[in-house]
Amino acid sequence: MIAMLLAGGQGSRLYALTSKIAKPAVPFGAKYRIIDFPLSNCINSNIDTVGVLTQYQPLVLNDYIGNGQPWDLDRAFGGVHILPPYQEKSGAEWYKGTANAIYQNLHFIRSYSPEYVLILSGDHIYKMDYGQMLEAHIQQKADCTIAVLEVPPEEASRFGIMATDERGRIVDFEEKPKKPKSRLASMGIYIFTAQKLYDYLTWDENDPNSSKDFGKNVIPAMLRQGEYLYAWPFRGYWKDVGTIESLWNANMDLLGEVPALDINDSNWRIHSRNPIEPPHYLGRSAEVQNAIVSGGCEIDGKVEHSLLSSNVKVGKDTRIEDSVIMSDVTVGKGVRIDYAIIDEGAVIGDHAVIGEPRSAGKGITVIGRGVRVEDGRSVAGGTILED
Amino acid sequence: MKALGIVFSNIHDKYVSELTRSRTMASVPYGGRYRLIDFVLSNMVNSGITKVGVITKSNYQSLMDHIGSGKDWDLSRKNAGVILLPPYGAVDSNSLYKTRLEALKGILGFLTKQSEDYVVMTDSDKVQNADYADVLDRHEQQNADITVVYKHGNVSKSTAQQSIIYHVDKKTSRILDVMVYPDVRGMQDYCLNIFVLKRQLLIDLVVDAMSNGYTSFHRNILQPNCDTLKILGYRFEGYSATVDSLAGYYRCNMDLLDRKVLDDLFGNPERPVYTKVRDSAPTRYDAGNRVRHSLVADGCEIYGEVEDSILFRGVKISPGAKVKGCILMQDTIVSEHADLNCVITDKNVVIRDRRVLSGCPDLPFFIGKNMRV
Repeated sequence: MIAMLLAGGQGSRLYALTSKIAKPAVPFGAKYRIIDFPLSNCINSNIDTVGVLTQYQPLVLNDYIGNGQPWDLDRAFGGVHILPPYQEKSGAEWYKGTANAIYQNLHFIRSYSPEYVLILSGDHIYKMDYGQMLEAHIQQKADCTIAVLEVPPEEASRFGIMATDERGRIVDFEEKPKKPKSRLASMGIYIFTAQKLYDYLTWDENDPNSSKDFGKNVIPAMLRQGEYLYAWPFRGYWKDVGTIESLWNANMDLLGEVPALDINDSNWRIHSRNPIEPPHYLGRSAEVQNAIVSGGCEIDGKVEHSLLSSNVKVGKDTRIEDSVIMSDVTVGKGVRIDYAIIDEGAVIGDHAVIGEPRSAGKGITVIGRGVRVEDGRSVAGGTILED
Repeated sequence: MKALGIVFSNIHDKYVSELTRSRTMASVPYGGRYRLIDFVLSNMVNSGITKVGVITKSNYQSLMDHIGSGKDWDLSRKNAGVILLPPYGAVDSNSLYKTRLEALKGILGFLTKQSEDYVVMTDSDKVQNADYADVLDRHEQQNADITVVYKHGNVSKSTAQQSIIYHVDKKTSRILDVMVYPDVRGMQDYCLNIFVLKRQLLIDLVVDAMSNGYTSFHRNILQPNCDTLKILGYRFEGYSATVDSLAGYYRCNMDLLDRKVLDDLFGNPERPVYTKVRDSAPTRYDAGNRVRHSLVADGCEIYGEVEDSILFRGVKISPGAKVKGCILMQDTIVSEHADLNCVITDKNVVIRDRRVLSGCPDLPFFIGKNMRV
């Protein structure tokens, strides 16, 4: 089985956080980027060939993936391959949808002659053994297996929702329905028997009315043709981090005595490209409560219920609460940061006030990549500051 | 100008027998996430040296584990990279070497086959961020035969018996005399065991010493040649510490809690210190902890109190535990209400509930690898 990872998404609802980088490259959990999760899941599931389809702002993402060595995906046969849109004899095209993106790379998939193809997206945080899903797919003799998760009824209309029979066979599939018929939501993770994928993608490509999307077009078409689609139930942590709020929430899920998502699990390591930093240093006046801190940080202030990525400097008499601070951020002295996401390389001047306490209900304050906040400046709650 | 790096991994093992029982000096853990050889290899790479031979003698399993292919130092190269030079590596090496000179004899074949003009030789018992490229430049500019790197600093009673002291001419930087383990105290110019010379000269000197049955690099090569060869001193100004005893090991770890030292070793973005990547999660500070004035690596979980300490990767401090002035190596677990003062734990140590252990800086309490106390 080989994996195809859709990583071209813009992630427009992450605003300033994705104005210069693709959504899968957005930093997460004080050390990782979102794409570390599907890539680590792949290698932990013994999948050693992964095509990564990129399109929007690929520089940081390409650089980050490199030759795939951090995920043990630098292989003589297989390994990780970056697949951007390309020019053909008949002309050049952008990827027009998830299905079209895979269609344009069918030659790549075919060159490995896989029996099964795993389709993933690069914007979810979760740990999953794709091997178990494949086992179910083979056992069920399915044509396509979709990983599903039970979601609360009020959230169901944000997802692809399916109805199944008692054996788990999908009988109905609706993309973002107004009136959801069930709580089984598609996680955007598909295993196709390779030939079926080739057939339906080719068919879908030739359909002028199709929007070339797996959820909207390919899956419904397979259902109409009576193919066997199986819903594989997943239990565990899974989060779509498509909005500022969900990204903040997912980060906070790593905190606490028994975190909702355990990233320190030696049986399922999340691999990442490690910055070269010494251990972090806590000064005599530092106080760090209920927080996660990465290498290279130097802390002299107070940090509570927050995540500090690598090489963050926190000055004296500064207090950071309910916040996500990404790498290489410098926070001066006497600063107050509440309920905020500070993107990579930002500089917060002395005595600045960023955001308002979460209880004020003003929303999350976002300071964009490399933004400099002058000494003493006050940034109101819910503001998004960008260069 | 191309240089070949040669690293001696074992030479000073006997001084910290506690730490080198199951490893070489080069693979002694240091500073929360490093091994001593990380400084040497990083210095080499940061100085543009991409072929490094590491001379080993015994106990080098952990060193091999750590170095692997060398990719973490960018030393996994097609035509160069890091090369382990085990004993018995040559046809005529039929006994284990005892001295630096004998070790060099053992790798004469390797030295002869290389193409680099220069050789930079270092030991791995020191913590320092040194620019060997600058030493090489100076060596070439001044047309030296051998350049030795030294530091001007205090030599105490405990370190004198391991020190090589140079007499350096202040004007010309020439080495006038070499004193091997002299009985001296106070401010001296002591040898950092970093040498630069032409590869061919090194081969000639070693072959010549062999034919004379000599065994000591300092006594038989440097000392008698002060007049005949142009041996220059290069004064190193940065932070440098030597692991010369368990107390010395303790001290140079604790030095890292001084921000100036931390900055000297790790603060230069042009000269980062590389190490083997372990993919640990970031460290989690749980509610109720109290951590001050400490250096903490990734992958720790901390509930208790920690002060003036160095915590390596994956250390767990349970609720109610107190840790002060300690060096806790990888995956040490300190159970509830244990109380540790000036303790060094080797890897994978478990301190059980309510244990109270105390040492002092001159004689830290050492707990060996995999022990349960």
